[in-house]
Amino acid sequence: MTDDFPYQETKITPSMPEAQPMVPLHGWGRASSTSAHLTQIESISGAVSALRSAAQSGRGVVPRGLGRSYGDAAQNAGGTALDLTKLNRVLSVDAESEPPTVQVQAGVSLDSLMRTLLPFGLWVPVLPGTRQVTVGGAIAADVHGKNHHTEGSFGNHVASLDLLRADGEIQTLRPEGDTADLFWATIGGMGLTGVVLGATIVLQRTESAYFLVDTERCTDIDDLMARMSEGDDGYTYSVAWFDAVSRGKHMGRAVLTRGNKARLQDLTPKLRRDPLQFVAPSLGTIPEIFPNRMVNRATAKAFSTAWYYKAPKYRVGELQNITSFFHPLDIVAEWNRIYGPHGFLQYQFVVPFSEDETFRRCFELIVNSGHVSCLNVLKRFGPGNAAPLSFPMQGWTLTVDLPIEEGLDSLCNTLDELVVAAGGRVYLAKDSRLSASTFRQMYPRLDDFLAVRRKVDPDGLFNSDLARRLQLH
Amino acid sequence: MIDALGAPQSLLLLGGTSDIALAIARRYAAVRTLRVVLAARPTPRRSAAAAELAELGCTVEEVDLEARDAFSREAAIEQAFAGGDIDVAVVAFGLLGDAEQAWTDPALVSELAEVNYVAPVHLGVLLSNKMKAQSHGRIVALSSVAGERVRRSNFVYGSTKAGMDAFYLGLGEALRGTGVQVLVVRPGFVKSKMTDGLPAAPLAVTPQEVAEATVAGVKEKREIIWVPAPMRVVMSGLRHVPRPLFRRLPI
Repeated sequence: MTDDFPYQETKITPSMPEAQPMVPLHGWGRASSTSAHLTQIESISGAVSALRSAAQSGRGVVPRGLGRSYGDAAQNAGGTALDLTKLNRVLSVDAESEPPTVQVQAGVSLDSLMRTLLPFGLWVPVLPGTRQVTVGGAIAADVHGKNHHTEGSFGNHVASLDLLRADGEIQTLRPEGDTADLFWATIGGMGLTGVVLGATIVLQRTESAYFLVDTERCTDIDDLMARMSEGDDGYTYSVAWFDAVSRGKHMGRAVLTRGNKARLQDLTPKLRRDPLQFVAPSLGTIPEIFPNRMVNRATAKAFSTAWYYKAPKYRVGELQNITSFFHPLDIVAEWNRIYGPHGFLQYQFVVPFSEDETFRRCFELIVNSGHVSCLNVLKRFGPGNAAPLSFPMQGWTLTVDLPIEEGLDSLCNTLDELVVAAGGRVYLAKDSRLSASTFRQMYPRLDDFLAVRRKVDPDGLFNSDLARRLQLH
Repeated sequence: MIDALGAPQSLLLLGGTSDIALAIARRYAAVRTLRVVLAARPTPRRSAAAAELAELGCTVEEVDLEARDAFSREAAIEQAFAGGDIDVAVVAFGLLGDAEQAWTDPALVSELAEVNYVAPVHLGVLLSNKMKAQSHGRIVALSSVAGERVRRSNFVYGSTKAGMDAFYLGLGEALRGTGVQVLVVRPGFVKSKMTDGLPAAPLAVTPQEVAEATVAGVKEKREIIWVPAPMRVVMSGLRHVPRPLFRRLPI
């Protein structure tokens, strides 16, 4: 440990954690579960000693946060998974500096981080579709949000991070200078360069916790893409939901929601009394009672039609809170149980803007495949960043949630081929099925990543089911 | 790793030239690029199988396996796992033998017992030790309905399959909670090189059909399947037929 290391140790931990029993771990898609020794990390020294004992097992170690990766990124069959969710303190907030920053431990969730920061009028610059991810996970997956076209991905806002490396040393990494290579390999590196123990995040200031939202219904996919191409630059946040079930004249109908942060003067007098209120309603937890095929053509069609007509045809300047604009799925916990025990997979890809024909073909393939998806998201990405495994790149991105059913493999394989041919890629945080060879074609800077990884972890101590599947050694 | 859609990325075929084993490999190769380890005797047939799977995009490793030889079995398993995790291992070899000779010839009965029972259970232990260490994986044991109710016409073969079937069902129970699962496949009459020249029995299936059912069974995490599926009902009935009647049945 370096002398200037900023963390205060308050808890006394045994120098060597006891051997942990094997527990089954799965991703958010719940499709492929494997067992690993799950070790709770409650202090920095605990992390160091857990890493040391995991090194002896021979099956490696992977850091794990809130388990929101859809696939096998935070699973490590036969090895160790370090549960970092207890390493969850916000260490310091610097609201005075310009820009403001916050220093956090890696296990803090974006949800609790936002609750901490809002009273200071501070805002987390990048929020994915759920607040239930840790800062460490947001870094490891280089998550993006509805504002990618204006703000980029999470890694763009990390001023520095503290990485526990395979050799047991803790190193502070910055996006520029000597440590830049390891910093950017860690951004989007799926936990395979080391354990992120903490980070300093650059924040934005905000006058309110509300958004001014414009909503429009689009009749089909062409209408949607045209409107997004024209109007997106006028908004900080932009995303579209589309109907991936209906065929014929309703094929690709969509609801486009775009907005900007509301300023004080935009709020109603009532909201102005507490403009930074964090509205996060909860309707409880989805019980584990749903059978497979609960999400089928009939229910998906009913949902899609209802969702489409629920949206106003055209409405400008509506005030929405964080949850309704950003995280409608956070209202219920464990919503992935809807898909039943077989689980589901999420397929998210991006192709460059020049490949909008490929994009349309992929869309049509999905709609015509017979596989149904309800939670479909379409968005335009801005430029990517320096991280070799970061997903976003300038182009169209599309996400579908597909229940695991017969024939899904060939649909996904066909989509892979189209995406590769278009110079696009699939998002690792969602992936649970890519092959190593396809992955290599999608991420041309893979060798840059592997070079850094081999240097910092020559024995492959950091390992995961995803790493084995995609041969990230 | 077995992916979210149930497809493995590495496949070990013990008895790598068996028609059923190769049909399983072909089915997986159609949906995913994978590493296939062919463990069998070094014959032209094995080379041909390796060439064919390589053509289908598989990375193929050939490993020598002489099922009668315990040292060869151990070496084959070591070699197969040296190249990385094995996601699915198929115990696919077996010997049918001439049924009448088998119960009168001491040499042949020993050979059948060695190849059809001793070797599979030895390999079952070797495999499960390796797979327990990796905490994931599926062992597929190709059994036979011949072991479910052993009949006069091929009781030596049936008895060996009854033994290995029982062993693998028990192994599956013993491995619960380790992340390793066992699938016992009970085909009826399979039209393959093993049964070449024999008249096909009712509900006969092809190696492709057995492969298809096996792949589905692995995906659905089943513990035991019959191929074809109605064979389960037939065998369930046959198990309860009284002996005086059973011996009169033309089977």
